[in-house]
Amino acid sequence: MYVAVKGGEAAISNAHRLLADRRRGDRSLPAIGIEQIVAQLGLAVDRVMAEASLYDRALAALAIRQSRGDMIEAIFILRAYRTTLPRFGYSLPVETGAMLIERRVSATYKDLPGGQLLGPTFDYTHRLLDPSLLGDEAIDAGLEREEGGEPIMRVSDILAGEGLVEDDGSLPDGHVAGDITREPLEFPMARDLRLQALARGDEGFLLALGYSTQRGYARTHPFVGEVRIGEVEVELDMPELGFAVSLGRIQVTECQMIAQFKGSAKNPPQFTRGYGLVFGQSERKAMAMSLVDRALRAEEFGEDIVAPAQDEEFVISHSDNVQATGFVEHLKLPHYVDFQAELDLVRRMRREYEAAQNVGTELPEAAE
Amino acid sequence: MNTTDLATYNFAYLDEQTKRMIRRAILKAIAIPGYQVPFASREMPMPYGWGTGGVQVTAAILGPDDVLKVIDQGADDTTNAVSIRAFFQKVANVAVTTKTREATIIQTRHRIPEEKLTAGQTLVYQVPIPEPLRFLEPRETETRKMHALEEYGLMHVKLYEDIAKNGHIATTYAYPVKVEGRYVMDPSPTPKFDNPKMHRSEALQLFGAGREKRIYAVPPYTDVVSLDFEDHPFEIQTFDKPCALCGAKNVYLDEVVLDDRGGRMFVCSDTDHCEDRCANGHRGHLAYNKEAAE
Repeated sequence: MYVAVKGGEAAISNAHRLLADRRRGDRSLPAIGIEQIVAQLGLAVDRVMAEASLYDRALAALAIRQSRGDMIEAIFILRAYRTTLPRFGYSLPVETGAMLIERRVSATYKDLPGGQLLGPTFDYTHRLLDPSLLGDEAIDAGLEREEGGEPIMRVSDILAGEGLVEDDGSLPDGHVAGDITREPLEFPMARDLRLQALARGDEGFLLALGYSTQRGYARTHPFVGEVRIGEVEVELDMPELGFAVSLGRIQVTECQMIAQFKGSAKNPPQFTRGYGLVFGQSERKAMAMSLVDRALRAEEFGEDIVAPAQDEEFVISHSDNVQATGFVEHLKLPHYVDFQAELDLVRRMRREYEAAQNVGTELPEAAE
Repeated sequence: MNTTDLATYNFAYLDEQTKRMIRRAILKAIAIPGYQVPFASREMPMPYGWGTGGVQVTAAILGPDDVLKVIDQGADDTTNAVSIRAFFQKVANVAVTTKTREATIIQTRHRIPEEKLTAGQTLVYQVPIPEPLRFLEPRETETRKMHALEEYGLMHVKLYEDIAKNGHIATTYAYPVKVEGRYVMDPSPTPKFDNPKMHRSEALQLFGAGREKRIYAVPPYTDVVSLDFEDHPFEIQTFDKPCALCGAKNVYLDEVVLDDRGGRMFVCSDTDHCEDRCANGHRGHLAYNKEAAE
């Protein structure tokens, strides 16, 4: 017999207790430490920092542990913390030209000032499972180059020297960079806001969109002008002091994607750029972001808008995985009130349909 | 690496700056009934689509003296209602209740309580898709223009096509309304049964859509009219039987599957209303069985 669905409170508490149990797993094994996650699962930590828009390795690692390694859940936890933090101010633009570089590759020049620096990359590794990693064998320290080499100039600056590439985008005078975490989104967006949204956008979603541009859906003939990974200084202007002070260094990945442009009435033929900048080491995300950024500039260049990757409202409205996962997963919440209304409607339409069918079968008989 | 000195959270979770921003949006929404005010929605510690808009509105208006009621599908004890109520108990330490008449703020998903709301009460709706025109026109840039120009022909065409195809309007919940003769508004996915309760309600009605970053409002005593045609007037759902537990008629009922042989019973969706009636001696035809089961 029917018993009202009581006990939601106890059920939730028991579910969370079981979650904590499963998260801890086999108690005969030591618990994984935050420091271990930061040190040994660094790229996971980087992704969480990037898509949560909060640069804090320890907190990101805590979120990963708390979420049992579910990345979107970890991003979500960290964002929900970030959003409660007060804003003291906005940093000056970081100077990626002055980056302390760990990796820098260009696909457009064989050699260039500063050289090609592979850094800690999976590129050219053979993806064979490595049994030596089952244990804890001693690992040699990496080699370090000597300090004081030539400055590592940006590829975009090399091309700009010939006037063959567009400048850094210019915004109207007095334009103050927006903040998508403090102001509601409005379409169409200025590029600064669009880049912010892309920077915290889902890596997989941007990867797929970037990929689609390569397969002919808004093709832009891209080249990796340069990808660079390293540390940059973050500075904050202090009005009381009258100068900027350094807050510290953060690791970022920057990608300058060079794309073709045939020229228009206003602009001569030249290379255009798509831009990607992401916290931590995340080349895939930075590259995908730069492809999508370029595709989204279609209107600016008077290109036909024919593909999803060029559609700002479509891309930006659906790039945020915390929003997406929440709304998709909310379908498991109870909907029985609405479903009851639909049941009622379908039953009614069904009765009407059957009544009409019956009339239909009777008519021929009447004609006989 | 010190993770132990995490900041504590403010009263009702949101920082005061954010609350002020949300309150400004609410005031604007009240000033322009039915108009969707964009606001800088925050990440909340529950997922988007689970009531983050309603939670932000509630967090912004909640004071230490408020008494909060949270319902989902009309019931106080569905898991998400329990979770949101527990959230505010934890972060705001406010008094909570399941009694509609005792509450100063009622946060709801999918229902309006059966009991008439009174002046001084605020009903906060959780809204998934605030834009009533969204499924007719997916672009925000377009729908905002349509609202600005009061261009609602598309909606009437949709309702007309329903009638032409089915003989009646095939919208059963989130049934569009016109507010104070100006803006077409989505009442959130409440069954259209509840639409008449919005009309000239004594209570303030606030709508929060977190993921879509919109707040809108219906101030007390405001006209809220469900869209219809002269020859096809708006109708609400009716049920053949009264509530099996409390015998209430003219209330919204949930269908409960009793067995695998087609057995069904219909009970009040509003659990507080049902319990209140039972306590006052009303009995439905299965009420005895229910007590036996407990």
